[in-house]
Amino acid sequence: MGKTLIQKIIEKNSGKRDVKTGEIVFVKPSIVLSHDNSADISKTFEKMGPKKVFDPSKIFIALDHEVPPPDSKKALNHSIIREFVKKYGIVNFFDCGEGICHQVLPEKGLVEPSTVVFGSDSHTTTHGAFGAAGIPVGRTETASLWALGETWLKVPESFKIIINGEAPKNVFPKDVILYIIGKIGADGATYISVEFTGDYVNRMSIGGRMTFCNLSAEMGAKNAIIPVDDVTRSFLRGRFNKEYEPLYADKDAEYAKVIEIDVSKLTPQVSKPHKVDNVSPASEARGTKIDLFFLGTCTNGRTEDLEIAAKILKGKKIKAGTRLLVYPASKEVLLECLDKGIIKTLVEAGGEINTPACGPCLGAYGGVLAPNEKALSTANRNFKGRMGCSENTEVYLASPATVAFSALHGEITEYQGD
Amino acid sequence: MEKIKGKIHIVKENDVNTDLIYAGKYTYEILTPEEMGKKTLEDFEKDYYKKLNVNDFIVSGTNFGCGSSREQAVTCFKGLKSGGIIAKSFSRLYFRNAVNKALLVIEQREFVDYIFSKENGENLDIEVDAENGVILCDGKSFKFAPLSGQAKEIFDAGGLAEYTKRKLAAM
Repeated sequence: MGKTLIQKIIEKNSGKRDVKTGEIVFVKPSIVLSHDNSADISKTFEKMGPKKVFDPSKIFIALDHEVPPPDSKKALNHSIIREFVKKYGIVNFFDCGEGICHQVLPEKGLVEPSTVVFGSDSHTTTHGAFGAAGIPVGRTETASLWALGETWLKVPESFKIIINGEAPKNVFPKDVILYIIGKIGADGATYISVEFTGDYVNRMSIGGRMTFCNLSAEMGAKNAIIPVDDVTRSFLRGRFNKEYEPLYADKDAEYAKVIEIDVSKLTPQVSKPHKVDNVSPASEARGTKIDLFFLGTCTNGRTEDLEIAAKILKGKKIKAGTRLLVYPASKEVLLECLDKGIIKTLVEAGGEINTPACGPCLGAYGGVLAPNEKALSTANRNFKGRMGCSENTEVYLASPATVAFSALHGEITEYQGD
Repeated sequence: MEKIKGKIHIVKENDVNTDLIYAGKYTYEILTPEEMGKKTLEDFEKDYYKKLNVNDFIVSGTNFGCGSSREQAVTCFKGLKSGGIIAKSFSRLYFRNAVNKALLVIEQREFVDYIFSKENGENLDIEVDAENGVILCDGKSFKFAPLSGQAKEIFDAGGLAEYTKRKLAAM
């Protein structure tokens, strides 16, 4: 019997041969990711009594969840982290303004294909876009990883999702993955490693692949992976400059499920309140009045996302009485968007440009909802109260194109393509 | 380990997510477990924590704890000294965080179905034997698989912080 990609990655990073599904193994990560939660993690870490961190070059911290800090408590949180970074000589620390952890990590060449990335953030699955296993853990486990440099994993079963066909012009990776989540359900892939393949996936940009792997967390997946190909190699060139060994699943690997999807007739999708798997064609939500439009996050805050939004909004204005918040995913994205004139277009259309960071996605600062308001967002979660207020609020999720096009109308409107 | 005796409180929903259990706006405030306890399920029902006495259990549906990696959604129940959570199923990350914080989480569909089917299951007495995997409630007995292997070692140490502390001390 052949091996799945996750089996091969776990073997490589645990030093064990022929690992079986369900087996418990200890795995060493290539990098351990965390963000503003590092202040709390550092306290747990010190209580464990270690003399040093396992490897100061393998700890990655980016400040993004409350940037710039909205009050002195959050500012203090950041200063605790800066002290920790200094004390333990953490090499890969990215302060406020550098961007969202899941965007900065690969941009800085810190995701190595075929390795395990543990992260104290549920969207650590994103790094599967580079052929790595991005596996989310909690804060205590992150503290333990900082001390010991390893943790245990159960070798998961895998799903193979094969996506073929040419998508219509108004359908983007976000629409495709929302459609898949709607089909599989919020817990349909619990404990599962998901492998994406097929000609649609092969043609997808790195950004689209990150959107796919990021949102796989919303169907319960342990991780999601897209195997290394020329698209991956071209992104890594000039960023990740060491030798790496791409791994691929065997042809006769065993999958718990094989799911085939044809995107050629798909239409734009939305995820409706208050669950991510509550997905329908955008046309079914047509006419829903929106107060706040939000472009950004680790799901869809990249240059290609802001570029399609700018293309739709160029020379036009968002509907009077609504707001358009823009949070580029990183400094690199912001600079690129400045160069391309994207920021100018978005500002002229009525957009508010913010520091590269998470923004109101998690409801802690920077444009949260008021009672009775509705948002249409490019983010990854629409739980009740998610955007900072649970009093009769609603969050809808869609692609950047649907968000931008709807902003012109002040209500959910299906983007038809150009 | 002693049997845990408390009452049950029903959250009759599937996909009870971490935002609902512990709102995002509190995640970057450093609070004690007791303070976190007072935020428990706040966006599900205001002042919900007042119902939860020491050793009480939450009974809920599938995919409990889906969403964020935020550990406070586990720690808040520890702060209230809850007995634990009994659900039809848990999200992977919630289950793992619960083991790491030594919060008892039990998957028992049959029990949850039974409680959900009752007209008035709220506040029923419950007795849980975590070591042997037995729930006694409403005159009935339900078996569940107790933790084993690595997860049990971490849970029995009182959580991963203590487990790692011992491991480091032994190095």
